[in-house]
Amino acid sequence: MPIKDYSDLNDMQMDVLREIGNVGSGNAATALSTMLDKAVNITVPKIKILTFGEVATALGGPENIVVGLLLQLSDDVGGIMMFLLEKDFASSTISTLTGMEMEDFANLDEMGVSVMSEIGNIMAASYVNAISTMTGLTINISVPEIAVDMVGALLSVPAIYFANVSDKIIFIENAFNCDGESLSSHILMIPDVESLQKILTMLGLDL
Amino acid sequence: MSELITVGISDLNVAKDPDTLVTYALGSCVGICLYDPVAKVAGLSHIMLPSSVQSSCASQKMKFADTAPAILVIKMIAKGAAKPRLSAKIAGGAQMFASAAGSVVGNIGQRNIDAVKATLKALNIPIVAEDVGSNYGRTLYFDATTGTMRIKSGAHGETCF
Repeated sequence: MPIKDYSDLNDMQMDVLREIGNVGSGNAATALSTMLDKAVNITVPKIKILTFGEVATALGGPENIVVGLLLQLSDDVGGIMMFLLEKDFASSTISTLTGMEMEDFANLDEMGVSVMSEIGNIMAASYVNAISTMTGLTINISVPEIAVDMVGALLSVPAIYFANVSDKIIFIENAFNCDGESLSSHILMIPDVESLQKILTMLGLDL
Repeated sequence: MSELITVGISDLNVAKDPDTLVTYALGSCVGICLYDPVAKVAGLSHIMLPSSVQSSCASQKMKFADTAPAILVIKMIAKGAAKPRLSAKIAGGAQMFASAAGSVVGNIGQRNIDAVKATLKALNIPIVAEDVGSNYGRTLYFDATTGTMRIKSGAHGETCF
């Protein structure tokens, strides 16, 4: 039975997606940890199927200001990957990698933007490589786009991307932080329905 | 005691004096405020997409710029507003990420703004204030007592329209 809507997913399929999130984000966290030479803690992934109304309130309240990185997935798997980085994480990362202190996120300078983009690039590449290895599917990622704004406004972008075909959105979500940070940043993997079907088929879970 | 009434994404609602409507963190979506200053009836719609034509979920009329405003007008009339007295204030429609040309989500903010303006024109409702476009998120408060639209953003603080 083809999946038409995210809510058609059964428990086993959800488990598989969770495992994809696990392997993908584990890879991404390792890459980040190597780059920063710091321990990176990452949670077990959660699969969330949310209505658009719930999306805005899902990650720490709609008005929480975060650094957002957005990458588009193409080729065998289409969709969006998003990183929502807490300001503490972003500033400590920039200072670790460049030695400069970030004070004003409203005017992130060129160096800050390129550091953040590179973080997104490396983490996303590690994440999708893990999925590619598991499934044999080719996945390309775009250059990360960056914005510093309210989390609700940033999440409206993937929500709109899917709004024409569905009234729900699926997140494979991981929270992560470096040692000593109280707030967690998030990785969101948001495959479109067709790609979700392909991933499950390649893993032998076609129904 | 006045109440704060939240309007979610692809949702709409109506409030009367002394209540206030709010929608949080508009990104590329557009918030449409309609107001009748005599009856002191305010309406707020939060649309996501410009057009219900060719959408596979066109039945969700509150999601689209071409279908939501008419529903809002009817709800406001039911609360005592008169259509000829309505005027509009709109906000949102930002381009949150500086997408490369040809990006699927690029430019959606501007298309939402254009569609909202076209729909309001067709409904004969004048737009008296707007805070649209650019590249930042906005929270919108709409006061049913005064018809004031208050916009709050991370980058630019608060402004009243």
